[in-house]
Amino acid sequence: MAVDRIFKDEANEEKGERARMASFIGAMAIADLVKTTLGPKGMDKILQSTGRGRAVTVTNDGATILKSLHIDNPAAKVLVDISKVQDDEVGDGTTSVVVLAGELLREAEKLVAAKIHPMTIISGYRMAAECARNALLHKVMDNKEDAEKFKSDLMKIAMTTLSSKILSQDKEHFAELAVDAVLRLKGSTNLESIQIIKKPGGSLKDSFLDEGFILDKKIGIGQPKRIENAKILVANTAMDTDKVKIYGARVRVDSMSRVAEIETAEKEKMKEKVQKIIAHGVNCFVNRQLIYNFPEELFADAGILAIEHADFDGIERLALVTGGEIASTFDNPESVKLGHCKLIEEIMIGEDKLIHFSGVELGQACTIVLRGASHHVLDEAERSLHDALCVLSQTVNDSRVLLGGGWPEMVMAKDVDELARKTPGKKSHAIEAFSRALVAIPTIIADNAGLDSAELVAQLRAEHQKEGCTAGIDVISGSVGDVAQLGISESFKVKQAVLLSATEAAEMILRVDEIITCAPRKRENRM
Amino acid sequence: MALAFDEFGRPFIIIKEQEQKTRLRGLDAQKANISSGKAVARILRTSLGPKGMDKMLQSPDGDVTITNDGATILEQMDVDNQIAKLMVELSRSQDYEIGDGTTGVVVLAGGLLEQAERLLERGIHPIRVAEGYEMASRIAVENLERISEKFDFGLSNIEPLVQTCMTTLSSKIVNRCKRSLAEIAVKAVLAVADLERKDVNLELIKVEGKVGGKLEDAELIYGIVVDKDMSHPQMPKKIEDAKIAILTCPFEPPKPKTKHKVDIDTVEKFQTLRVQEQKYFDDMVQKCKDVGATLVICQWGFDDEANHLLMHRNLPAVRWVGGVELELIAIATGGRIVPRFQELTPEKLGKAGLVREKSFGTTKDRMLYIEHCANSRAVTIFVRGGNKMIVEETKRSVHDALCVARNIIRNNSIVYGGGSAEISCSIAVEAAADRYPGVEQYAIRAFADALDSIPMALAENSGLQPIETLSAVKSQQIKENNFYYGIDCNDVGTNDMREQNVFETLIGKQQQILLATQVVKMILKIDDVISPTDY
Repeated sequence: MAVDRIFKDEANEEKGERARMASFIGAMAIADLVKTTLGPKGMDKILQSTGRGRAVTVTNDGATILKSLHIDNPAAKVLVDISKVQDDEVGDGTTSVVVLAGELLREAEKLVAAKIHPMTIISGYRMAAECARNALLHKVMDNKEDAEKFKSDLMKIAMTTLSSKILSQDKEHFAELAVDAVLRLKGSTNLESIQIIKKPGGSLKDSFLDEGFILDKKIGIGQPKRIENAKILVANTAMDTDKVKIYGARVRVDSMSRVAEIETAEKEKMKEKVQKIIAHGVNCFVNRQLIYNFPEELFADAGILAIEHADFDGIERLALVTGGEIASTFDNPESVKLGHCKLIEEIMIGEDKLIHFSGVELGQACTIVLRGASHHVLDEAERSLHDALCVLSQTVNDSRVLLGGGWPEMVMAKDVDELARKTPGKKSHAIEAFSRALVAIPTIIADNAGLDSAELVAQLRAEHQKEGCTAGIDVISGSVGDVAQLGISESFKVKQAVLLSATEAAEMILRVDEIITCAPRKRENRM
Repeated sequence: MALAFDEFGRPFIIIKEQEQKTRLRGLDAQKANISSGKAVARILRTSLGPKGMDKMLQSPDGDVTITNDGATILEQMDVDNQIAKLMVELSRSQDYEIGDGTTGVVVLAGGLLEQAERLLERGIHPIRVAEGYEMASRIAVENLERISEKFDFGLSNIEPLVQTCMTTLSSKIVNRCKRSLAEIAVKAVLAVADLERKDVNLELIKVEGKVGGKLEDAELIYGIVVDKDMSHPQMPKKIEDAKIAILTCPFEPPKPKTKHKVDIDTVEKFQTLRVQEQKYFDDMVQKCKDVGATLVICQWGFDDEANHLLMHRNLPAVRWVGGVELELIAIATGGRIVPRFQELTPEKLGKAGLVREKSFGTTKDRMLYIEHCANSRAVTIFVRGGNKMIVEETKRSVHDALCVARNIIRNNSIVYGGGSAEISCSIAVEAAADRYPGVEQYAIRAFADALDSIPMALAENSGLQPIETLSAVKSQQIKENNFYYGIDCNDVGTNDMREQNVFETLIGKQQQILLATQVVKMILKIDDVISPTDY
C-alpha cells in the first residue's frame, strides 16, 4: 500500500540528492548574484522596492543587496544571514563571505558528484579552515606600538575598503575623513557618536568632517543666531502642554471663566518650568520633544536659543559631545550638569540651515557631512563610509593587519595545498577543494576587472612559492604587483570572520540531506 | 460496508454524512497506519548518530531552521497524518522526559512497526503482536539494567560527565568544539545541581545566544545575562558591588484598578495635583535610594521624568526586563521581587559583585552582565555563532547536553553507546524468545530484530556495510560475552565503546524502549480509521 501523505497540503519534502542539489543551486545562485560586485572594479546593482513609491537603491554592498532580496530557497537564506551577521559584526566583507561560501559549496558539489560523503568533505574543510587561519596568523603585521605606522595602516585599510565603492574616485579624501573620525573615538566601537549628515548638492569632494557637532535643525524665530561660550541644557521633556500624569485626571468645570482660570494656571505652570530652565543659567536649550510657541516665545524673550524636536540620537550625541546630561526635571539647577561649547552658530550647507556647535569639550564625537549629486549617490556614499568606519573601528581594537588584493587568499591557499599533500585519505580531496575555493576570490576580482584571470592567478601562485612574497593582483595596471608597495591592506579581523563564517555556513548546508517546506501561511486578502 | 437496519428495514446512519468520510478498516487500516509511521521514521533515520545528516526546515513564514534534533524536526514538520502525529508526540515526550535520544526513539518505533507488518501478513493477530512486544520490552529493560554501570563523579571529577555530554554533542553540528561545550554544560549543571537531593532545576540555567563571533567563543557566566541596556544613555556602564532592587511596579504615577476620576475644577486643585505628581517620582526614587540600592531592575517602563531623576540621583536602572529573567536575577542575586515601593527594605535587595554592560559588533547591541552573584545558583550559557541558524542549533544542542548531565546526576547509571546496548538487548531478547510458548514468541523475536535497526542505521549513516558490520559486532558480543562492542562510527579503529568513551544514560535508553513500545502497541490496536475528506 502506498504511503499516505504525511504532510499537510502544499507542504513538501525533498530528499537526499535532490535536497542537496536544491540547496547547492540556491546557495550558488546567491553567490553568483553578488559575485560581480566584488573588488575595485566590481559593478553595482539597482534594487527596486516593491513598496509604495518603488524606491530605488543603487549599491555595491553585499549585505544591502541580499537584505532586499525576496528569497524562497532555504539554503540561500543561510547565506543572506551570514552576510547580515558579517555586516553587524565587522561591517565589511559582506560580499566576500557569501562568495567564499558559494565557492566552497561549488567545490563540494563536485566532490559529492565524485561520491565523497558530505561528512568527509566537512571534516576536510574544517582542517583546511584551521590551517588557513594559522597561515594568516603567521603573516599578520601588528603596528600598534608605532602610532605613525598604525595610522598609515588605517589609511590603507580605509582606502582598500573604499576603493570598491562609489567613493573610489575620492578615496583618499574619504579615507582621511574616516580615519580621523575613528581615531577620535579612542578605541570605542560605538559608531553612534559619528554622525553622518547627507545633503544633496555639490560634489562628493565637498564632503567634510566637522570636529564639532552639527544638528540638522533650525533656530527658533527671534532667537539669537550666534552664541559664544554657550551653556547648553539638553533635555527630554514635554514643552507643549505639560499634562497631569495622574491617571484619570480630567478637567471638569462649570463655567467659561473657570476654563480660563485653569488655562492661565496651565500657562503659569509652563512659565514656571521655563523660568526654572532659565534659572540653570543656560543660553541654549535643546529639547527632544516639541516646544510650543508659548514657551518658545518665553525663551526668545530671555535671549535663549531653543531648539525643538531634536531626534533621540541627536540628543544623545549632543549630550555626549557637550558633556551635559539629558535632563527631564528642573528642580535642582545646581546639580544638573550642563553642556558647554565655545560657539553655536547657524551655518548654511547648500540651501539648508543647520546649527553648528563648535569648540566642544569632549572630542569624541564628530560629524561627517556628505555632499553629492543625488540621494542615491548620498545613500551609497553613506553605506560605503559606514563600512569603512566599521572596519577601522574594529581594527583600532584588533590592530592586526594583512595585505589585500588577493594576497591573503593566496597565502592561505598555499598552506592549505601543502596540508592536502600531507593528509592521507579522502579528506585531502576536500582540503584541495578548499584551496581552490580560496583561489576563486582573486580570480573573481581579476575577472570583474576584465583581466585575464587564469594567467594572472597562475603567475600569482608562482610568485607565492617564494618566501616572504607580497604579490597580489594590481587591478589598476592589470598585472601582478607588490601589494605592500601599492598600499593595499585589509584588517585581519575581517578576513578571519569571512573565513570562519563562510566555512561554518558551507558546513551547515552540506550537512543537510532533506528539506521540508511547510505550506506558506495564507495571507488574508485585505482589499 | 456493513449496514445495520432497524426493525422496519431502514438503514441506520451511524456516521453522519457517510459519503464524505474516508474510512479504512481491518488489516488495511493497520497497514496504512504502519506505513505512515514508517515514513516518519525514515525521515529521521538519516539523522541518527555522529555521522547523521541535518534537515532543513522552512516554516510557514519562511524562516529556516537547520537541525539534527529529532524532536525539533518533527515539531516543525507540517504533519497532517494522524499516525504521524502520534510519532511526533512520541518524540516530544522523550524530549520532555529525557531531553535526548529523540531521534533514536522514533527510529526504534519505525523498526518495531516494520517487523509488526511482517507478522500481520503472516496472519498473527495484532493484539498478540502487541503483547509479545510488551513482554520483549520488559526483557530488554531488565537487560539494560544488568549491563548498566554506575560511575562515580564528584565536583572534582567531572570527566565522566563531560564524556557523556560529548557523546550527545558529537552528533550535532557543534561537534567541532564538543569538548568545550560539554565542559560548559557540565559545569553549568553542577553549579545549579542539588547533589543531596540528586536533582537539577534546568530553569536556573539560561541559554542565551547572539550571532557573531565563533562557536569557540561560547562561555559560561556565573550570573545572568540580560538582553537589555541601561535606561538612560548616560548612566554608568559598570557597577561594582551592586545592590539591586528588583521591582515589578512601574516608575509611573499609580493607576488604581478601580475606575475613578479626578476632577479638576479649580486652579488650586490643578496646582496640588501638579505638586503631588512631582512628589510621586521623588518619593519613588527616594525610597530606592533610602534602602541603599545601587541598581534598579524594573519589569515596567519609566516615565521620562522618573528616568532623569534616577540618573540624576546616580541610580542606574534597567527597564522592561521580562518576568522570567526577573525571577532568575532574583534567584541569582538572592534578592526578592518587590511589587510595591512601600515594601522595599534593605534585606530584599539582591547583591552582585559586578554588573556591566557589554556591546557587540558594529551595531548598538548591548547586553547586561550580572556577575559574581551572592548565590551563584543561576548561571547563563552564552553561545555565539556565525549565523542565526547555527546559534539556534547550538542552543538546542546545549540543551540536550544539559539534560543528559542532569539525568546522570539523577541516576548515575550509564550504558555504552554506539548501538552496543541495543545489540546486547537484541541478543538477550532473542535468547529469551524461545522460552515463551505461543504466538508471542514470534513477536518477541521480531522485537529483537527491530532493536537491530538502531545499530543498523548508525552503520548505514557512517558509510559502513550495515549487515556485515552488525553481524560481526553481534557475534563478537556473543563470543566474548562482552557488551561493550558497538558500531565504530568515527572510524577510530576499535569498536570497544569503553575505549571510545561513548556513554549514554540508562534512563534515557530505558525510556526510549518503553515509549517506542507503547506507541507501537497503540498503533497496532487501531483497526478503523475515520477521517473527514477535505472540503
